[in-house]
Amino acid sequence: MKRPRVLIMHAPGTNRDREAALACELAGGSAEIVHINQLMADERELRAYQMLVLPGGFSYGDSLGAGRLWANDLYHRFSQALDAFVAAGKPVMGICNGFQALVKAGYLPGNGWRQRVTLTHNRSGHFECRWVRLRASAENRCLFTRGLDEDILCPVAHGEGRLAVADEAAREELWGDGLVALTYFAPANPADNTKLSPSVAARRPAGYPNNPNGSVDDIAGLCNHAGNVFGLMPHPEDHIYPQQHPRWTRGEAGGLGIHLFRNGVRAARAFT
Amino acid sequence: MDRIYRVEVIPLTGQSRDDYLLSDIAALGIRGVQRVVRCDLFFLRGDLTEQEVARLRDELLVDPVVQRALWRLAAGKSPTPPGAIRIEVGLLQGVTDSVAENLYARAKLLGVSGLRAAASAQSYLLFGALTPGEAHTIAQRLLCNDVIQHYELGCLSPQVGIDPPLTEMHAEPVSITDLSDEELLRVSSERLLSLDLAEMHAVRAYFVGEGREPTDVELESIAQTWSEHCGHKTFKGIVEYVESSDEGIVRERIDSLLRTYIQAATKKIDAPWVRSSFVDDAGIIDFTEDYEVSFKVETHNHPSALEPFGGANTGIGGVVRDIMGVSARPIANTDVLCFGPLGIEMEQLPAGVLHPRRIYNGVVSGIEDYGNKMGIPTVNGAIVFDHGYIANPLVYCGCVGIAPCNSHPREPRPGDLIVVLGGRTGRDGLHGATFSSIELTDETGETSGGAVQIGNPITEKMVLDAILVARDERLYHAITDCGGGGLSSAVSEMGEGTGVSVWLDRVPLKYLGLQPWEIWLSEAQERMILAVPPENESRLRRICQDHWVEMSVIGRFTGDRRLHLHYEDEAVADLSMAFLHKGIPLRKLKATWTRPTFDEPDGPIWSVGADLAQDLLQVLAHPNVRSKEDVVRRYDHEVQGGTVIKPFVGVQDDGPSDAAVLRPLEVADSWPGLAVGCGFNPAYGTIDPYAMAIAAIDEAVRNVVAVGADPEHIAILDNFCWGNPLQPDRMGGLVRACKGCYDGALHYGTPFISGKDSLNNEYTDGETGQQAAIPPSLLISALGIVPDVRHSCTMDLKAAGGLVYLVGETRKELGGSFYYRIHGLVGNSVPGIAQAGPATARALHRAIGAGLVRACHDCSEGGLAVALAEMALAGGLGMEVALAEVPVAGDDRREPDWLLFSESNGRYLVEVPPEGAAAFEAQMNQMPCSRIGHVVDSPSLTVADCQGHETLFSLPLATIREAWRGHLQGPSVGRERD
Repeated sequence: MKRPRVLIMHAPGTNRDREAALACELAGGSAEIVHINQLMADERELRAYQMLVLPGGFSYGDSLGAGRLWANDLYHRFSQALDAFVAAGKPVMGICNGFQALVKAGYLPGNGWRQRVTLTHNRSGHFECRWVRLRASAENRCLFTRGLDEDILCPVAHGEGRLAVADEAAREELWGDGLVALTYFAPANPADNTKLSPSVAARRPAGYPNNPNGSVDDIAGLCNHAGNVFGLMPHPEDHIYPQQHPRWTRGEAGGLGIHLFRNGVRAARAFT
Repeated sequence: MDRIYRVEVIPLTGQSRDDYLLSDIAALGIRGVQRVVRCDLFFLRGDLTEQEVARLRDELLVDPVVQRALWRLAAGKSPTPPGAIRIEVGLLQGVTDSVAENLYARAKLLGVSGLRAAASAQSYLLFGALTPGEAHTIAQRLLCNDVIQHYELGCLSPQVGIDPPLTEMHAEPVSITDLSDEELLRVSSERLLSLDLAEMHAVRAYFVGEGREPTDVELESIAQTWSEHCGHKTFKGIVEYVESSDEGIVRERIDSLLRTYIQAATKKIDAPWVRSSFVDDAGIIDFTEDYEVSFKVETHNHPSALEPFGGANTGIGGVVRDIMGVSARPIANTDVLCFGPLGIEMEQLPAGVLHPRRIYNGVVSGIEDYGNKMGIPTVNGAIVFDHGYIANPLVYCGCVGIAPCNSHPREPRPGDLIVVLGGRTGRDGLHGATFSSIELTDETGETSGGAVQIGNPITEKMVLDAILVARDERLYHAITDCGGGGLSSAVSEMGEGTGVSVWLDRVPLKYLGLQPWEIWLSEAQERMILAVPPENESRLRRICQDHWVEMSVIGRFTGDRRLHLHYEDEAVADLSMAFLHKGIPLRKLKATWTRPTFDEPDGPIWSVGADLAQDLLQVLAHPNVRSKEDVVRRYDHEVQGGTVIKPFVGVQDDGPSDAAVLRPLEVADSWPGLAVGCGFNPAYGTIDPYAMAIAAIDEAVRNVVAVGADPEHIAILDNFCWGNPLQPDRMGGLVRACKGCYDGALHYGTPFISGKDSLNNEYTDGETGQQAAIPPSLLISALGIVPDVRHSCTMDLKAAGGLVYLVGETRKELGGSFYYRIHGLVGNSVPGIAQAGPATARALHRAIGAGLVRACHDCSEGGLAVALAEMALAGGLGMEVALAEVPVAGDDRREPDWLLFSESNGRYLVEVPPEGAAAFEAQMNQMPCSRIGHVVDSPSLTVADCQGHETLFSLPLATIREAWRGHLQGPSVGRERD
């Protein structure tokens, strides 16, 4: 089977490029880490790729707010190429800093560039690194979370991951339009590792630290209306081997983040 | 028209974050503040239209979902809301302001060409009943550090875009050839040279021979090269050592502690897998057939005492550059931190000393900022509190790297270009190398403010990305980092064997006005030096452009073995490399050692079992023992995806791991791994530094063996933090510690591959003249190879029915223990060498490799008792153990207190599945190892006494958890709101 080409966009200060590339490779893609300057100099063309990943890190040191200057790059320098990429339906994934950039550039949740959602300082006031459980919300439009039959376990590592909305209308729109792709989820028993159904009718607040940053409605990831642009704060690329599971020495397994990448690569294959 | 605009970015209602500030203010004894609003402040200077300011605000400064902005000309005042006091804090001119740098660069990209300069600052609105006097106290104690910042009550007058006065750049001659001894010493102290009389004599003699006076550039170069920080003159000096004890007096003459003990141990062990020790910026050992790994640990103590955030920040930045300096990719950071007690009253602090709480907050934030932004997981460390660290906090920063074998070239050739990559040079960090060699006083902050550096991790990340490409294309002949001593140290060391010619005016500067000696000595951050053959210059320049890294050619390697420095047409230095590097007179030091005697009780200090249970809870709750999760989770330990064994393990991810295990991305298709651990126990050093060294090596080895490292493939690092070596008692302790290092390393067969010393950690009180040194503090860091990470082991109990074994002998060794400490005692019976340690480690490793071990935890602080409690709480399971079965050594009668709390070396607590018991016991045949109990479902730790099987105490897990983790419920941990 043909391996779709995945562009991992490296901006000054991104630092989870290699893991993202590895995850895409394991998922069946052919990943290439490309510096933003190579794109600007037209040494590489976005349209030659079938999938785009904006990896985690601290682009430009998160000066002036997490992902903000990278977002500024996206809409001032790449908007034409990126708009075409998104409009074509090719999968785009922003992880952590990449998510922040997509949100602040207006690609998530999309629908016009005025920003109504943001990612800002954690309620705790500081960076936190811990494992979280993610559940795909029912009836969301995201192509990356399609067919998930178990929760995803992976770490968060961020200081500005609290999803905040401008007003109630924005919040209702996120849920009503199926744009909430993933939520932080509290297992009934912290030690419980059984496979859980991905759809829950009644949502109960995950609470700190299951929701590690105080995001509204425990939202961990968003998608656009077409479902092909997806962003999340946690790091599924850091759970692609069983030995990355925090309790693998206890015989616990499952919840690999690789599923999200497989879905992305599968969708990308249509464009090869 | 040139104007300054002020843009204040204010969080919308309900959108501010939790702040430590309120609790920190309360800790100052100021109770009236009810709420703090923290705003970002930007000053924009230049010829800007209002539309342009509005555009910058909308596109760069404000997040409209959670913030709003007020802006006006800075000459006007922002109104302060009623009932509030405003405090504004800005950076002093010349201090690195990376936010402003990014803002400036981006404004240019957006076409806002009129912006001439920008500055960032903070505005705090304090609501509540507060006097201006209290506001000043808050500003001075918490918000503003006058080493790098200034503040105002009310609106800040910005320091932005002020050009430094034009001065003439040249080298000043300094007359020394005719000076008397007294005058020589005055020159040394006035210029912060930190050179003693013998050294000043050598300098004078050299220039008398040259028939001229030195320039200031030459004098500064020599002082830097000969500084303790760069020259290690104490460790290389000649020591007259006198040890007195009841058995008499022993005299010894030691020619270099470094050669006699540290390097001698490495040489004698002669491990075939050591690739580089004590030569490069970091030690290097073999990892797999294709890859080698490097490890370096540094300290950044003095800078962290004065400016905790910047000090710790650049401590990480510096040690990461050491790893880049061996052409490796950094894969893990470590940090060990020592502070004064956080609860100490302000009145008890010596003059000019920052409160430990402030140092702690700043240091932790500094490490968090640099490590996380570089994308390097912080995986191992420790935090120790002791009164001895109040004036001299310690910040040890370590970094592990990986590189393809034989990819690190180290031979500059005549004709090669001297290339600087990365950050620009400013006045930051002047005299850092010599400053680190002096004792702190209450005025140090004022006189040495320039010694503090501010880091920019993203600049370093970009340099790293560029260097790895250059390395793989083999574009350079040598590389080193620009650290202590700046260009002077980096360039002159790299060119020692060839000679160099450097044009200081070609070094890119942050701002004008630096004198030639300042350019040469500056310790500005994020700079690397490369020796590049001229034919590779253009390719390297291209790589740097792609990665937005500034590259400058500042000179050439020559063949004349001299240091030539020029500023434009003027020759500002011309020294022989031989004199610069070998001309320093050997330091002669006096060392005396008499073992101190402390009170030690004859009889037991407990009566019923419940006393021991209470003691255990008290040890678990001690600030040095209890969970550090609130700090550790602020460091990213997952980035790079290689962290197989994490800092926290167990059923709820909250048990303290003995060491981290990494499987770097480079070997993601196979199973070898690296274990990173450390040993540190300054409490033993107070009794006997020899015992401290033995224990630190033993603990470092135990930590990595417990998670699965091969005991025959462990390299160690020594990092000494000590008092003034010119005081014979301090020096005597240092000799004892070095002897312990030698014996301990040989005992375990663990070679030293790198080390560093930070001396003069003393404080002189300006008022009383009293001198105080830190406790002798030796950190041993260990890097072990794990043959197959699938066999690595964690410390949490796994399943009821598991059998619990204690491996290693317990002795009555309570001196320096936590048991004594909580009873206000020190004692003398400090743990001695574990004779069986190496053999048991090897046997245990075989058992782990054979899959016979479910859980393994080393017994260290708090002894067996704490190890039992930690394994139980991590696993969420109880245990029943009998002290009667504990393997002991010595003639002492079994007593529960020392069996539980003795901190004897060489011990591990192990859980073995019942079906593996026979095989495990066969592996451990001939070793001190006994089954002492088993794992139970019921959630309590039950300990039976030494005689029969009567229960001494039984503690519920919930009580154990509360003791160890109860403090985490406080305000310093994130809480749910909304």
